[in-house]
Amino acid sequence: MVAAVVTAIAAAEAETTGVATGAIQYAWVIALLPFIAAPLILFFGKRTPGQGAVFGIAALGAGFVMALAVLFHFVTGGGTYAPEGIEWFEIGPLHLEVGQYVDGLTAVMLVVVTAVSLAVHVYSLGYMHGDVRFTWFYVVLSLFTGAMLTVVIADNLLLLLVGWEIMGVCSYLLIGHWYEEHENSSAAIKAFITTRIGDVPFLFGIFALIFATGFTTTNIAEIGESIAGPEASSALVTAAALLLFGGAIGKSAQFPLHVWLPDAMAGPTPVSALIHAATMVAAGVYLVGRMFEVFVHADPFVLTIVSVIAAITTLGAAFLALVQDDIKRVLAYSTLSQLAYMVAGLSLGPEGVTAGFFHLFTHAFFKALLFLGAGSLIHAVHSNNMSDMGGLKDEMPVTFWTFLIGSAALAGVFPLAGFWSKDELLVGAWEHNQWLFFVLLAVAVMTAFYMTRCVLLTFFGRYVGEGHPHESPPVMTGPLVGLAGASVVVGFLGAPQLGAVFGDWVYFEHPHDADFVFWVAVVGTLAAAAGILGGYRLYRERRERDPLMAFPRAWNVLQHRYYIDDAYMRGIVYPIRDRASAGVNWTNQHVLDGAVNGAAWVTRGLATFISWIDRTFVDGVVNAVGGLTGATGGLLKYLQTGNVQWYAVLLFAGVVVLTIVFVQIA
Amino acid sequence: MTWESSAITITTLLPIVGALVIILVPRDRDRMVRGLGILFTGAALVLSIAIAVGFDYGTDGLQFVLDVDWIAAIGARFHVGIDGISMPLYVLTFLLSFLCAVYTWRFVPEPGRTKAFLALMLLLETGMAGTFIAFDLILFFVFWEMVLVPMYFLIGIWGSANREYAAIKFFLYTLFGSVFMLLGFLALYFSGPDPHTFDLVKLTEFGAGGGFTHTFQLIVFGAIALGFAIKVPMWPFHTWLPDAHTEAPTIGSVLLAGIMLKMGTYGFIRIALPVLPEGAQAYAPWIGVLAAIAIVYAALACLAQRDLKRLIAFSSVGHMGFVMLGIATLTEIGIQAAVFGMVAHGVITGMLFFCVGSIYDRYHTRQIAEIGGGMSQRMPKLAGVFAFVAIASLGLPGLAGFWGEVMALLSAFRPNEALLDGQVGLFRVLMVAGGVGTILTAGYFLWMLQRVNMGTMPERWNEHAFGDIHSVEWMSWTPLLVLILALGLFPRLIFGVSQEAVSGIMAVLGAGG
Repeated sequence: MVAAVVTAIAAAEAETTGVATGAIQYAWVIALLPFIAAPLILFFGKRTPGQGAVFGIAALGAGFVMALAVLFHFVTGGGTYAPEGIEWFEIGPLHLEVGQYVDGLTAVMLVVVTAVSLAVHVYSLGYMHGDVRFTWFYVVLSLFTGAMLTVVIADNLLLLLVGWEIMGVCSYLLIGHWYEEHENSSAAIKAFITTRIGDVPFLFGIFALIFATGFTTTNIAEIGESIAGPEASSALVTAAALLLFGGAIGKSAQFPLHVWLPDAMAGPTPVSALIHAATMVAAGVYLVGRMFEVFVHADPFVLTIVSVIAAITTLGAAFLALVQDDIKRVLAYSTLSQLAYMVAGLSLGPEGVTAGFFHLFTHAFFKALLFLGAGSLIHAVHSNNMSDMGGLKDEMPVTFWTFLIGSAALAGVFPLAGFWSKDELLVGAWEHNQWLFFVLLAVAVMTAFYMTRCVLLTFFGRYVGEGHPHESPPVMTGPLVGLAGASVVVGFLGAPQLGAVFGDWVYFEHPHDADFVFWVAVVGTLAAAAGILGGYRLYRERRERDPLMAFPRAWNVLQHRYYIDDAYMRGIVYPIRDRASAGVNWTNQHVLDGAVNGAAWVTRGLATFISWIDRTFVDGVVNAVGGLTGATGGLLKYLQTGNVQWYAVLLFAGVVVLTIVFVQIA
Repeated sequence: MTWESSAITITTLLPIVGALVIILVPRDRDRMVRGLGILFTGAALVLSIAIAVGFDYGTDGLQFVLDVDWIAAIGARFHVGIDGISMPLYVLTFLLSFLCAVYTWRFVPEPGRTKAFLALMLLLETGMAGTFIAFDLILFFVFWEMVLVPMYFLIGIWGSANREYAAIKFFLYTLFGSVFMLLGFLALYFSGPDPHTFDLVKLTEFGAGGGFTHTFQLIVFGAIALGFAIKVPMWPFHTWLPDAHTEAPTIGSVLLAGIMLKMGTYGFIRIALPVLPEGAQAYAPWIGVLAAIAIVYAALACLAQRDLKRLIAFSSVGHMGFVMLGIATLTEIGIQAAVFGMVAHGVITGMLFFCVGSIYDRYHTRQIAEIGGGMSQRMPKLAGVFAFVAIASLGLPGLAGFWGEVMALLSAFRPNEALLDGQVGLFRVLMVAGGVGTILTAGYFLWMLQRVNMGTMPERWNEHAFGDIHSVEWMSWTPLLVLILALGLFPRLIFGVSQEAVSGIMAVLGAGG
């Protein structure tokens, strides 16, 4: 990657003409636009027609066009653009410059983020129509997008961290958007704290990398050079890799920090589509890919750990997705599972990077589509529960067909987007890590199964909810159609038969040539078919009891999310929040402050005692002594009367006297 | 007298002049008194900004120096000057005092008596500002103690229910520390260079040259550090702080948290470290341990608080823990982080106390349970500002609270290699403790916001008229809100100012930073 950077910089400098080069120089503007939009919406939104949404949509629209232009640079074979940044600040030996690092991965991420965010911005015009905090919603949505784009484009880890955490706070604000409900605000806190538990190791990982550069820089490319250099300590790099992965675990909701994401569904559904499916939760995956130099130079067991975490998450979440009634939770667990798919790709080593990111790329479109489709359903029936839906395909044809396309893409049906990315991951796993291959294959079956279940329960059979649902307005169905189109076509970018151009843009070290292994494609398709068939057999008729309740114990465990959330609350949160804090407070009031008050009490007692002795035993013979103790007692008495200025005078006089005495002695 | 030599003296003493003028105004001219408060603090602020503009940021060493005889009998001199470490704190003092005066235009706490209130505040301002520019130990001590009396009265007269206890505790506890500090200063005087001097510059040169014996440094550092530690306050000497804050009137809390606590940390950086480098080396690991305890302990204590103001007060203990952790590493990054942390905490926590003051003004209670949530519904702006500042306080990157904390933690990753060799493992443990502290900090702040801002407002407030943020509040808060964002985005605003002066201290402390 380092060599690639050097040549790329040279290439970028050499190539000074053309549209693409022009666009790439201003790639940072894409990230800046939403940051300009956010305050405009905040301060002027309520006074503009459309209540401010127009600023956000304009910023994202322009950003999307620019992102396409940046991607075009790579389509036409352009190289990485990483100019010298501008000086931010320096502290001790550490010099920080901020700038942009635009390679193929950045370009692809810019397109994904602006595209999905634009779709969500437009969709929310309908979905959030009439919301009490409509304008505020758009402020945070724009702010979030800017932060995510900052993460994508940052050439330096501390700038990346700034974007990373601002995303986190936006996520918090949007999950808690309807904060009147206690459940929602609790979900918001859970999301923020859980990801922060990952962010602390991430921060220490950054420290380790700063250390590796001799405390000189946080520039990602320069860190890469230091890591690859001969004097880099392997233990340090290994520690850094593990710590960085901690950040990814939190943000991308991998086991054991996955607990926040399902609860995050408390936020408005467009938010779930943008933040908790397509973009922010992918940032952890992005981080690992961006810092892959560190993982490559770390001890190999790091990638083994990554693969184990990915396997646990993808499988564990897929099981949970089987038994949900809340349609958003089906999709949320699916997201966990698919994020772990991406992480699994990265765990394969340099060869898996392209596959992992290709899945991130395709998943962003079809999962955003599915969430927005779910939003359309929820908008129509006013419930998240599939048990309140059913039979909606005729009332809501656009939602139905687009949702069907999204589900098929997620299930990996040929030739939709998910098929290609899943196939590439399966091929990679087969070549590099065969036990992981079987895990991924099993998850593929389950994915097809639960999506089939979801489609059947919502669109087929008889409507069992209340009222008369109608198709959503065009501002909502429009983005669905757009994303559905993307879910059909984006997969071809990675189709080996079509040159797999995605691998020319996003890769580690060398452009990646996707292999097409015919039998893997067949097996993958069979897996999808098996899942669909199984789902169809069980759910084609609506039943009172879910067929999977035939396994009551497993059902129960899954309904309780393996009891992990309970264990965290009872084992960690409550003991700290209620007991440790109370213990500390008690210690503070009774031990530490007790000592202070005790000292005061003793002093007062002593003063009283001395003054009593003075009155009782000491008479005129020892006037001098009496005067002294009287003064002591009197002094202490003043402290109680609050006559402090007198004390200050005495103190100062004492100082002067002492000083004079000392001067005389000297 | 040129501007160069008289600027800081004039600026520092201007508030006292203001106090005298205010005393002369008849009691019934209340508006005039408040106007004069704004006028004098404003004029002093303008002068301090003029000093900052005229300051040469490219060099180490004192500027705007005035060094004249003062109390000749004991060799105390009126030696004032300013450098890159003093500058941010000095300007912050005038800024916060001015904003407090603006706030006072509308809010004078019970029992009124605006004249005395403002006169004391102005006296306080001079004392605080003077501490940051004094380069003679006796002068430093005078300014240091000058702060106590007005704050004592501000708490004792304008405080809430338990004010007398809090005021006396604050006064006596701090005074207790000052006595040791003063003894330390006298020891420096008598063991220092010949002729004896209280001059900080000369003592620093003497100390850096190895003038004080090792044992002497251990004892005297301990004495001086105790005085500073109580002021910071470091754990376990912090118990005066929650009481003082909880009982103090709003502007008392703002100035106490915003400026006064920094006098202690400033003292460490300005006096204890450079004059007694071997003492610093010996005590640094202990200071670091206490700092890390403070971070975690305060966060846990915050989780248990039911009184909003007491919660913020405890959060100060934790934030000052980060500042002390940075200092304890004896590194350039750590001390830079400390300076940044002091300013950021001043701005953020000062602002938090403003918010809490205004919340109290609306609800007439500070009990979280009685407020009961839902503030966002009825007062969206106040709730929004409160949330913004709380999020800044929990150290969100991009806002002011982040850089001081993160750089302090970074410095703990690699403490001074020459002075703290062999302590790297300890400091990394402290770093991890600090990291855990940041999680807990996020926890208590978000929990606080949940219980105050979110949810629905209890029925008992239905009939209650709530006004959202008042224009006077906007005027006194906007500069702080802007600073919170500006310092977060452009940390160079502080790092760039303090850089040269901190390098100078590092040169005194020894290489390896």
